[in-house]
Amino acid sequence: MTHFDVATAAVRAALDAGARYADARVMHRRYESMTARNGEIEGLSQDEDAGIGVRALVGSSWGFYAVPDISERAAHAAGSHAAKIAAASARVAGPDTGLFPVPAVSGSWASPYVIDPLAVPLSDKGDLLVGATRTMVEHGADLAEGLYQIWDTRKWFVSSEGHQIDQHIRECGAGISATVIGDGETQRRSYPSYRGQYGTRGWELVDSLDLSAHAARIAEEARALLTAPPCPAGETTLILGSEQMALQIHESVGHAIELDRILGWEAAYAGTSWLDLAQLGSLRYGSELMNVTIDPTIPGALGSFGFDDEGTPAAKRDAVRAGRWVGVLAGRDSAAVAGLDYAGSVRADGWARLPMVRMTNVGLEPGPHTLDEMISATDDGVMMDFNRSWSIDDKRLNFQFGCEIGWEIKNGRRGRMLRNPTYTGIGPLFWRSMDMLSSEIVAWGTPNCGKGQPGQIGHTGHPAAPARFQAVRVGVTG
Amino acid sequence: MSTELDIAAQVVELVRRLGGPDPQAEAAAIRRELALTRFANSYIHQNVTDATTRVRLRLHLDGRTAAGSTTLTSDDGLRGLVERTLAATRLAPPDPTWPGLAPPAPLAGEGDWDEATAHASPDERAERVRAFVDAANGLVTAGYCRTVERSGAFVNSAGQSVAGRAADAAMDGIARADGVDGASRLAASRLADLDGGLLGRRAAAKARAAADPVELPPGRYEVVLEPTAVADLLYNLAWHGFNGKLHNERQSFAEVGATQFDPAITLVDDVLGGPDLPYDAEGTPSRRLTLVDRGVTRAVAHDRRTAAEAGTESTGHAMAGHSWGPMPANLMLAPVTEDVAEPTADVPSPPHQVPGPVVDADAAALVADVRRGLLVTDLWYTRVLDPKSLVVTGLTRNGVWLVEDGEIVAAVRDFRFTQSYPKALAPGAVLGVGRHAVRQPDSWDRTWWVAPAVRLAAWNFTGGASG
Repeated sequence: MTHFDVATAAVRAALDAGARYADARVMHRRYESMTARNGEIEGLSQDEDAGIGVRALVGSSWGFYAVPDISERAAHAAGSHAAKIAAASARVAGPDTGLFPVPAVSGSWASPYVIDPLAVPLSDKGDLLVGATRTMVEHGADLAEGLYQIWDTRKWFVSSEGHQIDQHIRECGAGISATVIGDGETQRRSYPSYRGQYGTRGWELVDSLDLSAHAARIAEEARALLTAPPCPAGETTLILGSEQMALQIHESVGHAIELDRILGWEAAYAGTSWLDLAQLGSLRYGSELMNVTIDPTIPGALGSFGFDDEGTPAAKRDAVRAGRWVGVLAGRDSAAVAGLDYAGSVRADGWARLPMVRMTNVGLEPGPHTLDEMISATDDGVMMDFNRSWSIDDKRLNFQFGCEIGWEIKNGRRGRMLRNPTYTGIGPLFWRSMDMLSSEIVAWGTPNCGKGQPGQIGHTGHPAAPARFQAVRVGVTG
Repeated sequence: MSTELDIAAQVVELVRRLGGPDPQAEAAAIRRELALTRFANSYIHQNVTDATTRVRLRLHLDGRTAAGSTTLTSDDGLRGLVERTLAATRLAPPDPTWPGLAPPAPLAGEGDWDEATAHASPDERAERVRAFVDAANGLVTAGYCRTVERSGAFVNSAGQSVAGRAADAAMDGIARADGVDGASRLAASRLADLDGGLLGRRAAAKARAAADPVELPPGRYEVVLEPTAVADLLYNLAWHGFNGKLHNERQSFAEVGATQFDPAITLVDDVLGGPDLPYDAEGTPSRRLTLVDRGVTRAVAHDRRTAAEAGTESTGHAMAGHSWGPMPANLMLAPVTEDVAEPTADVPSPPHQVPGPVVDADAAALVADVRRGLLVTDLWYTRVLDPKSLVVTGLTRNGVWLVEDGEIVAAVRDFRFTQSYPKALAPGAVLGVGRHAVRQPDSWDRTWWVAPAVRLAAWNFTGGASG
């Protein structure tokens, strides 16, 4: 019996139990991670995870049941359970809105790769992390850490509408960080960012990072930060590097345009959104330079796939065009509720979790400038990069971010290093103040996006480039 | 013998058969059934159950360590786990700080188990949601009702063999009125102790009292934090302060033996009686651990590795699959009038009810002594700016009110704050602690926080809704 047969059995059982729609995902995931600390391996784990998750719609109510057993018998029971849970949902029923129609697809997709990351010898991987962390210690780090992670996921999706899709997605990435402990404070520098860089690529991504070549530099920068002057407090011109820009996009655009949040489905936990659907197409989100796309088709980016977890084919669309809000991240049910004509942004953290609206690759299109041009054009300001802390309100308006490192900008030149840089603002005011945007795009991967109850971890991608903003409040440190 | 104990023993036996007598092996099998009924816009929009058995294996052989896990519990699945982990161990880089296996030791408890909670039906959760929605009396509501059962076993090749089980329930919801929210939440060992109607009435009362908020200037304000907000202090103190790994690395503020908190502060971690199993990921039996005793820091949480580094014993806080380090995830701020040697959490909640926005008599008593300050329901999206000083930024949520001369005088728009948590609780900074501790659920279902309301001399609000 194939995995498709198992999924089909689950769907049939759900329909037999009263569901008017059902879908099932059989998934098998292998995960490998290694951490190193101060020149020694701290942890090596290889995990395997397999099971089936079934979603059933009874009347207007959903039910979901998942088990780690991919036998036909277990799948049948799971389908029946899902329908039973959906029936219980009907005790507190909502509006009957259906699903946005998507064509039933039979298809297959695999993420491209050059080097299978699970096939790279463990000893080589260990040598990489041990060597890099050892170098950081030699160059002044009190705490040198390194990490890689690999996900190898296969999934088989079947729906009662006739979908039959299998996908094989390989994701991996790595990073290093150096921490120095001062008197009452710590300073950290990371490469390429705190958790590293990730994508739907093979080990060639990790090779391209060349962690060892950056180890000494970040350790020395971390130590230098201990004695650097603090970021001044006040309103100034702010230039953000691309790594911090990726998180700025993630938090203040990506989450804000999630349709389930806009509809109130995440109100009690992750929160809602300041966006009102009545303003879709007319609201000015940011400056004319701001063009944000939702694009799961970017080769190698962490939010890429062939089909989402409802079987909708990957497609690129606009979220913000010339500063105007024009699109949302949607699923079939949320799109139907909102009366929108697209879905395609629904994914689940494994077979045991309900698919929900998730960022794919939400990123900025390039601007006309370079980072050097932005610095040259700035008489007085601050540049920051590499996220250290992030916080934003439940409507995705009021944010405060801290970065690992900042620099003074004076008379068109990058000057002294600044420690503990932070900036704060209100989303649309901040984005409307963007007056320069670079063309130097990097598709950053964020492998730790939390959302949902029970909690789910999402993998998202964020093409981002350095940008300049005016009259930003910086230096809030308490 | 439980199924989980069979599985764990089978894995250790497979290691001996396939790897010989040399590998040090520890195996754990945990079955968890998590059911969560989620509502928004006053109807159930997500309703899920997953039942998973995960088997974890950690091996140490010839100075090298590797770990693995699987959800495939067939003979082939377990054999694959053992073969894969043995192979990884032989290839892994050296591990010179391996602390050895936990020795055989008896458990101090079997786990907090309630059959009715463990096997609650989706209908029982839906009933509580119905009651919450109805009690909000027309306000839009959102939240969840959750039940979890967990049964597990641990076996290692040093002779430790233990098993336990636990069940847990939680409900968390908001009511919404004219763009402002009121929240209420509670965790309990028994689903029967969760009253959806009571929680719905509380959330609605707070939402109605939060209408027409005014914006106040940033600055330092005296505050009364309700238990829902105090839970965030406990979370951040646990993750960043009393974490033995961060403490060893000198990234924690904690100094054992030092008076770092107000004498009114006693912090106790107690896995027993909580939603987790009565032993940790290394098989070390769980026990109550007093971290702060009347303002004096007494301990941090350790696993075997961090304990060995620190020259002490494991406190039974090892976490599987995490490099973050051991942390106390069932932390209680002891209420002021309890016997601090054996503080317990009231379940379901203090019996004294006050119509919103102050929802219990403890908080009301603290508010009554405030000349000018703020009553805060929730702290939200808190992130650490510096782990050593534990300076945290975040926002208020689900209701803030201005208090003058002991009376609520206005609802206030949400603030951003930037505040060192240890400083907020430092000697002289705690003006009052409530008499009843209330269990607060965490989004992570193995974790809870138990707290009374507290009154603090100052909280540093650094920005308002307009920036």
